[in-house]
Amino acid sequence: MSNRTHLLVPAEGERRRKIRSTLWLGLCGLSAVVVILPLLSIFLYVVQKGAAGLSLSFFTELPKPVGEPGGGMGNAVVGTLTLIGIASAIGLPIGILSGVYIAEVGRGKFADWIRFFAEVLSGVPSITIGVFVYALVVVPMKHFSAFAGGVSLAIIMIPTVTRTTEELLRMVPPHLREASLALGVPEWKTSLFVVLRTAAPGIATGIMLAVARIAGETAPLLFTAFNNRFLSTRVDQPIASLPVQILTYATSPYQDWQQQAWTGALVLVVVILVLNLLARLGTRTRIGAKS
Amino acid sequence: MKPPVAAHREEPEANVEPRLVVEQLNAHFGAFHAIHDITVKIPERRVTAVIGPSGCGKSTFLRCLNRMHELVPGARVKGRVVMDGVDIYDRQVDPVRLRRHVGMVFQKPNPFPTMTIRENVLAGLTLNGVKIKDPDAVVERTLTQVALWSEVKDKLDQSGMSLSGGQQQRLCIARVLAVEPSVILLDEPCSALDPIATARVEELFFELRERYTLVMVTHNMQQAARVSDYTAFFYMGDLVEFDQTPRIFTNPKESRTEDYVTGRFG
Amino acid sequence: MTTSSDTQVAPKPVSAPAPPDASDIRTGGAHLGDRVFKIGTGAFGALVLALPFVMIVMLYSASRPSIAKFGPAFLTGTTWDPVREEFGALPFIWGTVVSSIIALVIAVPVSLGVAIFLSELCPQKLRRPLGFLVELLAAIPSVVYGFWGVFVLVPWLRDSVEPALIRWFGFLPLFRGQPLGFGMLAAGLVLAIMIVPTIASISREVLRAVPDTQREAAIGLGATPWDTIRRAVLPSARSGIVGAVILGLNRALGETMAVTMVIGNRPKISTSLLDPSYTMASVIANEFTEADKDIYISALSQIGLLLFGVALIMNLVARWLVANVRKRSAGKAS
Repeated sequence: MSNRTHLLVPAEGERRRKIRSTLWLGLCGLSAVVVILPLLSIFLYVVQKGAAGLSLSFFTELPKPVGEPGGGMGNAVVGTLTLIGIASAIGLPIGILSGVYIAEVGRGKFADWIRFFAEVLSGVPSITIGVFVYALVVVPMKHFSAFAGGVSLAIIMIPTVTRTTEELLRMVPPHLREASLALGVPEWKTSLFVVLRTAAPGIATGIMLAVARIAGETAPLLFTAFNNRFLSTRVDQPIASLPVQILTYATSPYQDWQQQAWTGALVLVVVILVLNLLARLGTRTRIGAKS
Repeated sequence: MKPPVAAHREEPEANVEPRLVVEQLNAHFGAFHAIHDITVKIPERRVTAVIGPSGCGKSTFLRCLNRMHELVPGARVKGRVVMDGVDIYDRQVDPVRLRRHVGMVFQKPNPFPTMTIRENVLAGLTLNGVKIKDPDAVVERTLTQVALWSEVKDKLDQSGMSLSGGQQQRLCIARVLAVEPSVILLDEPCSALDPIATARVEELFFELRERYTLVMVTHNMQQAARVSDYTAFFYMGDLVEFDQTPRIFTNPKESRTEDYVTGRFG
Repeated sequence: MTTSSDTQVAPKPVSAPAPPDASDIRTGGAHLGDRVFKIGTGAFGALVLALPFVMIVMLYSASRPSIAKFGPAFLTGTTWDPVREEFGALPFIWGTVVSSIIALVIAVPVSLGVAIFLSELCPQKLRRPLGFLVELLAAIPSVVYGFWGVFVLVPWLRDSVEPALIRWFGFLPLFRGQPLGFGMLAAGLVLAIMIVPTIASISREVLRAVPDTQREAAIGLGATPWDTIRRAVLPSARSGIVGAVILGLNRALGETMAVTMVIGNRPKISTSLLDPSYTMASVIANEFTEADKDIYISALSQIGLLLFGVALIMNLVARWLVANVRKRSAGKAS
């Protein structure tokens, strides 16, 4: 074995390896570009087409019958808000308290099983959830309702909220809990008013993301909340929602309906984007403040 | 088990060739100037220990010798490191190629977990697509060099992670040897090992210096005194003193060196 | 009133407050609260646990008439005729499977490329914004994807891509037919875009879990950047990546709106990607509210049950694989 090196002379096959390395790395970079392209396309298209119909009347007016110009999606916007409200009223307590149980109370197999089945639940297709809620709520009630829609959205929310709550509760330093217990505060108050409260900002972030997710859900609403041409906030009646309305108008043959669908899509995407951004910023400031 | 300390140091050292000539080497981490104007000649086929208190720049210096320092985001290197008449920082030199000639053994043994012992030894060659004429011979030769052959020759197809810490580190050294570098850099190679494993790895260094130039960072002064022929003492980014090991430890020229080796700080 | 300056009097001995009566530590006051808390939260947890089971039960009971009437022929029957009450689900199974496969074929390499780029190659400053953009892809509602698909993707396919495919590859049965734009290819493409964020983000996590010492070992041996990734990083991440892919597949199977809007909704099995097709989720979405007969609803419920079952199995396998990688890397790091 010689001790002399040849630093300026390429080794056997070296050039080939270097070219291959650069090629593959280039492909990876290309994939990143390829992925961004549809995102940009969707954004540009939605903004471009949707902005044209953006006006106050979009939010305040109700859909007009076919042929009549004008109208808006006021009922759909209110409907989505109502549905989110119902879903949160059902899903948040269940999700948060389950997360509290897994993180704070449960010791052993039962808690693990809850976590496991929450994960299972998160993998269920949303249309199947719709069928389930149809059988569970719509059939006994004998008609579609906002309540049924809210239930199906709640089921979609629950796994996310449970997981977020558990993760964030685990991140609370144990000495906080110990300090509270050492002051004689009972366990349940410690869990709720000390630990949960500390984790609350992070959980709020997770809730924002969960809301962003259900705001855009269409499939489960198709036969639970159904749709409603009129403005309604009644829990026991069918209710309009932004995604379903977008679907109806987008697949219709009428130009002005399609235009309104674009505007609806724009509103929906902007709301979801804002919620995601806020959630991201919320996470970052929390981490920044801690370090 | 103690290696004969005095024996190899009686020969005159005047005509030992330098393997690496370091000239005015500086390294930065962003704005932090980690090592300043290091100039030293690393002698060929000797063990050179690099000692100094934590944070003095010894690991940074080591990683400048195989151009791994520059992989850290924001890191910069200035100066020359000349090997065989070529500055390794010359633009025409490919760092990837350089690392075939200057190998590195890390602090924590890191065999590839998804590979068998035999695949680990050959990894330096297979990773780089080199066609091996006789892989079994390479495996046997390098594992013998690191005194691991008799221990593992019957389980070459077991996972690299099935060995003990000391064995894993020797496996990593064998892996470097298979690539046939001329310089081997060692970054605190025994700090993750127990004393017995450490002793066996140190024995290895004696045999390796017959054919390779070793540069070893260590925070263990006794180890430096035991194992090395030359010692470089770093302090706060400066090379304070470089000399033959016995002199550094018994009669250093600089007072800072003396303070450190007598344990007054660090 | 003496001023404080000439007060030299020793303070009056004030009796210390009596120690609190410790006999109440054994009362059940606090314990009752704890017990209610534990049982209450446990009940909510049990509710979450029970939900999947309740769903299976209800779906099964809704499907029973259909199961009883058609038996296993339901899965192999190719006729879907509500009027004549002939219900065979094979066209939908076919449509679901094929569109998902197309989606995987496109999405997996792209997602891996993105994951590798973000985890190994991307400059630090770009990492967060780029990662955020990829996640945004997952946040866009399905109906918006479908909408975009109808007005942007389908015309592009119809006018540019499909005519070219017919011209160059028309001899293959895969590419025979009319360039409609709508059809299996459009559905596969939209699905691919939608599952990329899922596969990419989990793969990225898995890649990040591979310890740096392995990368260093390869670099120290003189490996090129790509060889380092391919031989020192990817092998350790392999099972986690497979898990990520299965989760992406899971998402593709259940995806409803975007697919429904571009797939053409024709219950016919065809070998050509250019032909319209129909998926399990789509037929439920389209026909459930119009189903007038009980047996019709039951057949659709059975499709829902099928979908549920397949998604369930895949989810379990995938999560097990991903958890395995996490466990291994956590063990190594210690």
